[in-house]
Amino acid sequence: MRYLPLTDTDRSAMLDVIGAGSVDDLFSDVPEEARLSGLIAGLPLHASEMAVERHMAKLAGKNISAGSAPFFLGAGAYRHHVPATVDHLIQRGEFLTAYTPYQPEIAQGTLQVLFEFQTQVAQLFGTEVANASMYDGSTACWEAIVMASRITRKRRVLLSQGLHPHYAQVVGTMAKFTRDDIVHGAPRLEADPDDAALIAEIDDATSCAVVQYPDVLGRIPDLAAIAEAAHAKGALLIAVVTEPVALGLIEAPGNLGADIVVGEGQSLGVGLQFGGPYLGLFGCREKFVRQMPGRLCGQTVDAAGKRGFVLTLSTREQHIRREKATSNICTNSGLCALAFSIHMTLLGGEGLARMARISHARTRQLVDRLTKLPGVTCINETYFNEVTLLLPADAREIVRELADRGVLGGVSLGRLFPGEGSLANGLLVAVTETCTEEDIETFAEELAGVLA
Amino acid sequence: MNVVNSSGWRPSMGEDGEASALPETCSGDHALMLEEPLIFELAATEGKCGVDFEEVEAEPVAGLARFLRKEAPALPSLAESETIRHYTRLSRQNYAIDLGPFPLGSCTMKHNPRLNEKVARMPGFADVHPLQPAASVRGALEVINELAVWLIELTGMHGVAMSPKAGAHGELCGLLCIRAAHEAKGEAREVILVPESAHGTNPATAAFAGYKVESIPATADGRVDLAALEAKLGPHVAGVMITNPNTCGLFERDMKKIADAVHACGGYVYCDGANFNAIVGKVRPGDLGVDAMHINLHKTFSTPHGGGGPGSGPVVLSEALAPFGPLPFTARDEAGVVHLVEENNAGAFGHTQAFGRMVAFHGQMGMFTRALAYILSHGADGLKQVAEDAVLNANYVLRSCEDVLSAPFGSAGPCMHEALFSDTGLAEHFSTLDIAKGLIDEGFHPMTVYFPLVVRGAMLVEPTETESKVGLDRFIASLRSVAERARAGDESLHAAPVYAPRRRLDETMAARKPVLVWKGEANPAD
Repeated sequence: MRYLPLTDTDRSAMLDVIGAGSVDDLFSDVPEEARLSGLIAGLPLHASEMAVERHMAKLAGKNISAGSAPFFLGAGAYRHHVPATVDHLIQRGEFLTAYTPYQPEIAQGTLQVLFEFQTQVAQLFGTEVANASMYDGSTACWEAIVMASRITRKRRVLLSQGLHPHYAQVVGTMAKFTRDDIVHGAPRLEADPDDAALIAEIDDATSCAVVQYPDVLGRIPDLAAIAEAAHAKGALLIAVVTEPVALGLIEAPGNLGADIVVGEGQSLGVGLQFGGPYLGLFGCREKFVRQMPGRLCGQTVDAAGKRGFVLTLSTREQHIRREKATSNICTNSGLCALAFSIHMTLLGGEGLARMARISHARTRQLVDRLTKLPGVTCINETYFNEVTLLLPADAREIVRELADRGVLGGVSLGRLFPGEGSLANGLLVAVTETCTEEDIETFAEELAGVLA
Repeated sequence: MNVVNSSGWRPSMGEDGEASALPETCSGDHALMLEEPLIFELAATEGKCGVDFEEVEAEPVAGLARFLRKEAPALPSLAESETIRHYTRLSRQNYAIDLGPFPLGSCTMKHNPRLNEKVARMPGFADVHPLQPAASVRGALEVINELAVWLIELTGMHGVAMSPKAGAHGELCGLLCIRAAHEAKGEAREVILVPESAHGTNPATAAFAGYKVESIPATADGRVDLAALEAKLGPHVAGVMITNPNTCGLFERDMKKIADAVHACGGYVYCDGANFNAIVGKVRPGDLGVDAMHINLHKTFSTPHGGGGPGSGPVVLSEALAPFGPLPFTARDEAGVVHLVEENNAGAFGHTQAFGRMVAFHGQMGMFTRALAYILSHGADGLKQVAEDAVLNANYVLRSCEDVLSAPFGSAGPCMHEALFSDTGLAEHFSTLDIAKGLIDEGFHPMTVYFPLVVRGAMLVEPTETESKVGLDRFIASLRSVAERARAGDESLHAAPVYAPRRRLDETMAARKPVLVWKGEANPAD
């Protein structure tokens, strides 16, 4: 077996040193009746690199990849151009095959990257600090709610209607067990997000308002107004950003009064990957830092006075505090954070702004083109690179027919909100700098064909 | 055995151990030992970009005017050439499994095959959106299902939840299944029992899931005290969390008895599967009465740790708990077609008691493809060999070092996949930390230190099956040398590491006045 370096000669020499007659003697603590006598029946035996690659390539070939078709899906995962440099660098073994930097003297590479990453996320979000990453946007969102409850000592949580329904389901699932009181409803197909209704709901028992920005229908809520209303009642504003590229064009939530900003970092450097691994982003006010979940990298000096970096404030974390920890999280998304950070380094603030402008401009082109089709309207007055189109029929079926015609034409609201009949004709369409005018034209023609 | 410089003296030290008068360089670099500034110190935030775009001119839509960002994020950009250099230079300050043994106990740092990287990057897996129509992602769903079947077979369990994002997330999934199962019976049990040797994630997860945690002591031979556990059982106990093999590197011989006792009082058994590498292909947890166990794909099944993640923590479930597993998951119908089971079609697949959803999408697909490629490469025969070689390597380290390092459970019999030592017998004022830092100067990553908590100054060495005998002999020689220096009271060890990119770092200062983002302050070394 190509990954196993021991030879039979090695094995017997080692058994001699150990003083055991056979390898099975080393398993003597396992009760006889629990020990398997031979191989587990029905499973294949080892295979060559060629055979495994053939098998996996066959499975991969059954999927339509985003790059092989006009592609317009978003809804929490976006296809952006990722420079070749990113994937090359994250495959350096020193990054790829390192562990969590618990021995900082020989992990300064990873640690400095995390320090740079935290700074980039804080700048992007307009927050004072950021952590070294979470699993993904949805789990970061729940962790932010837990943190807000800890800070405010209140348990009533208001979710905006525009929060991604899968995020809301994660919150709802966890809240069943923690007994947090979650207030949430499905969105309506209107130009305005539910800012006013949300503000009206904030009361003295409210721990936090959770607002996606831009929201799941692509609309931009007025964070500043919600922040003001929340703060007046002693509640926190948690902003959720599922498309961080938007913050190259629209104002950072931290600059609008959000107390905690979480998000999904997948758009930058990470890629689609059928849903994971993704990258949870987490930023907040500095005064809350000891209530944060997840790893934090901090600056210090070594015994010779040189600047260096370490994991810090670990008295918040499970390996020190056990059941009193701020979260149970251990492993995070280190390599995805590296990919994000490299992509962000290539872009810089100006590059991100340019990428955002192009995404937005392409989206305008798409809206102008598709709303020329009879029966197709766009509900959005505000949007970044994603809009909700209202079609004359159930969008689920239309999406399937578009796929049959070779166009991956967005996400139907019926898929995202099963059981919400009023949303069934809604189609969520995202456009990035990777989409060409030709893609948009093909989409328009095929959609016209399906609707005809 | 290799000859080692046992004094700890290095050329840049004078005879008294202080820094010598070797000439300082103008750059601060020393040949291949390279310093690297922060990106914020390397570049300005204006006038440069490492990415070229195809420009599209259009004004923002009118409604956006009041939301526009006033200033672009104050982030610098490097040209592509500078970017490659920055990260390549930084990478050289990292230790990695590609450079040598990484014997962190409980972490299973094994070789990461590059076929797995290649496979994960096939466009049909890497460039597929999680919400594409099912007909356009059948192959991706088949990967998830094929891996799920392997995990079920290898563990002898009934079902598997694939979506948890890492080990601790898997623990949470398992406990939420347990809670849902009790609630379905109308029971509100509030306590989870956790051995004191457990990973910190176990009690933290139980608390996160709303449980009270009660600790179970260990016996003198490093295992769960069955009598103490039985004394704590009762109608208020929802379940236990047992790590097996445990964090002392020992197999819990009484696992079946523990499970029987817990089941008899109506509780469930959660097994922390972090150490599954020791028994894969040799023992099936399902045969031991386990109800739920997470599998760290980034440990046993070799997906890269990436400097701290991503991980992946599928949870195998017993027949009693499987009905409560979270959405989404995959299922193969009678025609052989694999479906994604979500909120809208769970009823059609008879899965009506799911406790909910844990993540936005379907789990760590990029880890699934890698783990499946790894499993297919090994096959049933290779995986059994993995466990055997992992255990052989650990016992070889144990027996090769137990005369110079105290092995608290060494006399009780063989260990499993990791060898546990304590600081007993080191000279006064010498500690586990000195051994760890001494190993760094020897060119090795240290073992896990100060864990498990049940042993004083614990050192937990997990070599894994991918270390050769030649490589292990070199590691053992170095570990013995450092241990002997610590026993002899060699003061130079307190200064270690002296050859690493950094000397010991001031962690107290980092925590007292946290600097978590760059705020334009000058490098204190300048």
